[in-house]
Amino acid sequence: MKHWLYLLVGIFSPTLAASELPLNMTQGVTEISNQVYDLHMTILLICCVIGLIVFGLMFYSMLNHRKSKGAVPAQFHESTKVEIIWTLIPFLILVGMAVPATSTLIAMEDTSDADITVMVTGSQWKWHYKYFNEEIEFFSILSTPRDQIDNKAPKDANYLLEVDKPLVLPINKKVRFLVTSEDVIHSWWVPAFAVKKDANPGFINEAWTKIDKPGTYRGQCAELCGKDHGFMPIVVEAMPEAEFDAWIAGQKQAATEAAAQAEASLSQTLTMDELMAQGEQVYMARCAACHQPNGAGLPGVFPGLLKSPIIQGPVGDHLDIVINGKPGTAMQAFAKQLTAQEIAAVVTYERNAWGNDTGDVVQAADVSNFEK
Amino acid sequence: MNTTTQDTDATLDPVSHDDHHHDGPPKGIMRWILTTNHKDIGTLYLWFSFIMFLIGGAMALVIRAELFQPGLQLVDPNFFNQMTTVHGLIMVFGAVMPAFTGLANWMIPLMIGAPDMALPRMNNWSFWILPFAFFILLSSLFMEGGGPNFGWTFYAPLSTTYGPDSTALFVFSVHIMGISSIMGAINVIVTIVNMRAPGMTWMKLPLFVWTWLITAFLLIMVMPVLAGVVTMVLTDKYFATSFFDAAGGGDPVMFQHIFWFFGHPEVYIMILPSFGIVSSIVPAFSRKKLFGYSSMVYATASIAILSFLVWAHHMFTTGMPLAGELFFMYCTMLIAVPTGVKIFNWVATMWRGALTFETPMLFSLAFIILFTIGGFSGLMLAITPADFQYHDTYFVVAHFHYVLVSGAVFSIMAAAYYWLPKWTGHMYNDTLSKWHFWCSLISVNVLFFPMHFVGLAGMPRRIPDYALQFADINQIVSIGGFAFGLSQLLFLAVVIKCIRGGEAAEAKPWEGAEGLEWEVPSPAPYHTFSTPPEVK
Repeated sequence: MKHWLYLLVGIFSPTLAASELPLNMTQGVTEISNQVYDLHMTILLICCVIGLIVFGLMFYSMLNHRKSKGAVPAQFHESTKVEIIWTLIPFLILVGMAVPATSTLIAMEDTSDADITVMVTGSQWKWHYKYFNEEIEFFSILSTPRDQIDNKAPKDANYLLEVDKPLVLPINKKVRFLVTSEDVIHSWWVPAFAVKKDANPGFINEAWTKIDKPGTYRGQCAELCGKDHGFMPIVVEAMPEAEFDAWIAGQKQAATEAAAQAEASLSQTLTMDELMAQGEQVYMARCAACHQPNGAGLPGVFPGLLKSPIIQGPVGDHLDIVINGKPGTAMQAFAKQLTAQEIAAVVTYERNAWGNDTGDVVQAADVSNFEK
Repeated sequence: MNTTTQDTDATLDPVSHDDHHHDGPPKGIMRWILTTNHKDIGTLYLWFSFIMFLIGGAMALVIRAELFQPGLQLVDPNFFNQMTTVHGLIMVFGAVMPAFTGLANWMIPLMIGAPDMALPRMNNWSFWILPFAFFILLSSLFMEGGGPNFGWTFYAPLSTTYGPDSTALFVFSVHIMGISSIMGAINVIVTIVNMRAPGMTWMKLPLFVWTWLITAFLLIMVMPVLAGVVTMVLTDKYFATSFFDAAGGGDPVMFQHIFWFFGHPEVYIMILPSFGIVSSIVPAFSRKKLFGYSSMVYATASIAILSFLVWAHHMFTTGMPLAGELFFMYCTMLIAVPTGVKIFNWVATMWRGALTFETPMLFSLAFIILFTIGGFSGLMLAITPADFQYHDTYFVVAHFHYVLVSGAVFSIMAAAYYWLPKWTGHMYNDTLSKWHFWCSLISVNVLFFPMHFVGLAGMPRRIPDYALQFADINQIVSIGGFAFGLSQLLFLAVVIKCIRGGEAAEAKPWEGAEGLEWEVPSPAPYHTFSTPPEVK
């Protein structure tokens, strides 16, 4: 009952609607998003007024010009004057709408003089962010646990709108996005910025934003991109410049450490149990979406890994497809997404899980040697 | 005198004794398979369309059941995508378009005083290939890997490189649908141009005939484009071409340009005949001539021409240049002008008429209001900066369902109630039909209106699961969906009851109706107007 009330209130009171149940467009945290919101509200209002007049006349006619009330039909059925009037007036209203729309659009398309540039790359079903001029890049993947999606665990507040590593941006800086894709078309959308840009494979699109307020802003992929289109959210953390600079420094530090760790892992030899445990984690996060948690795949769409010739065959072929992917299919090249250690673990896992008892153990050094 | 001459107005041509005709239809199934009679073929189209409407509707209910709650409950995401895709394809190509073709077959010869369609054998053919097209499409759902799962818009490369193995079946079924539509359109054009009764000049044509004539031209122009684009998808997927693959010098965005060059006129193909229907029904139950007949004709033609200049408004987020965005925004906004003229003309027709509210009128009035709401959201979508926020959300889903369900489908319902007495010779059950109307009207709004809200709030379309803040509204929407689906069974009941019997219908059951179709008896005899009537 309460919700119906909200719906009604929502229709008549846009300000309330923005604050209570999500019923209206996000006003957003950029100058552009506010302009877009105002444009939306203006046009909505014009439509409502026209609607009230037209429907009002219709209902007046329906109530008063009834045969049952003894109405006698009039004879008029033509008037060039009236036709011209109701062609011209809507035309002028449209011109009135087009003026602010045009100026907003021109501002939205002006990507010049950006302070920082971020490359946004979509792939099935994750986003990759790369900061230009900084040696920082990472994937951003849905972090909602599978159990919540399968209704086995209670859903938390940001269900389906949370990622492992959000994109971090400074406020009050003009950020330019270069948007592209590695496979199918995706669309990078953050409602709070009024930025929605398609990620087209083989082409690069431009967009920009300048965030006014620090905060966490969430969006989703907006173009159907296959099975898990509904499961590739976008999360942006906006922070003051000083914090952002600290974050950048931290990331660089972390990258150096990770590189050192990767180097160290090459000389380590892990036990089968250790590899299996790590491999299962990697598999569930990166592989299970297509090949399924039980390795059975989706027949006709994604190949199963049980008793598959690649799993049963030489380790080299298996490493090859994981590292380099299979062009022209959804199988991505994981060389730049996973460390040698992770690839070793997941390959070991696949070769020994679900009754694939090959007994093969792959170490990080094997992966590294194969890549060479 | 044989039946043939009784069918026509015998006083017009007393020497018409054409004894070569058979008296009535042959019996049994062969009547329907071999028929070249426009009324039989019209009936086949209409039943086919209704069956497809129920199948496509059942798929929509699978979608709504899954979306009733957040989380994955009933179907996996891949099957969910197949449901959204095939639901769209079936409703567009299997339900709405064949329904209009069925109405055209039944009514155009009756309205222009022709004995049949101009090309009756092709007419048979254009219907009978359709069941095969949809058999192929539906059977692909049972293939390993499933049917088409890339949306009814089948954007490349999701439908090419990344498409399921069944894509070839999808392509062939769309080819067959296209051939059927083109043959139907040729038939309509040839019939209207050549077979009008003496005195039926262009500006005396009923608006349903006018709107269908223009629709038929749109079909002939854009169906080959659709055939071209599906063929390119086919060769990209199976024969290593790269029309839409950047790695081979192609462009995935070019797919969208070609598709929407077909796709946008296509949406007018699905609404122009509705305008014709409503322009017949509103004057009949207002007992007053249609206001601004000639401006209605010109408005229809303007909408048709403009429909070729607006395709890229479906693609504002693809990264078009500013000049392109502005051009397509302005052209799209311009369509509101002739559309507005139509709505104003209908209201002016009602104004100071003597209105009654039989079921066809109720559906037509609901059409005018709800289609206008869909028009408003269309205007909002035309505004490029705002479209960046609306695009690919439930706001778009709400928009096109308002124009296609409470628009096109409601007008088809209105047409069915309006002409059922002519088709069956019986009046339909009035009470039941009113129940059908009110249940449909309420549920269609519970179903589609709240979609505007979740769309504005940021829920993307074509997702099988959603964030928690969208849960309440999705629940309401799903309830509306099931209510709307069930309401349509009432329609089935009304139609079957009406075919089986009921109060006998007069030749002209509606007091204010005008047109040649009301001059033949009800039910319309198997052969009508073997001798052309004279139109004064």
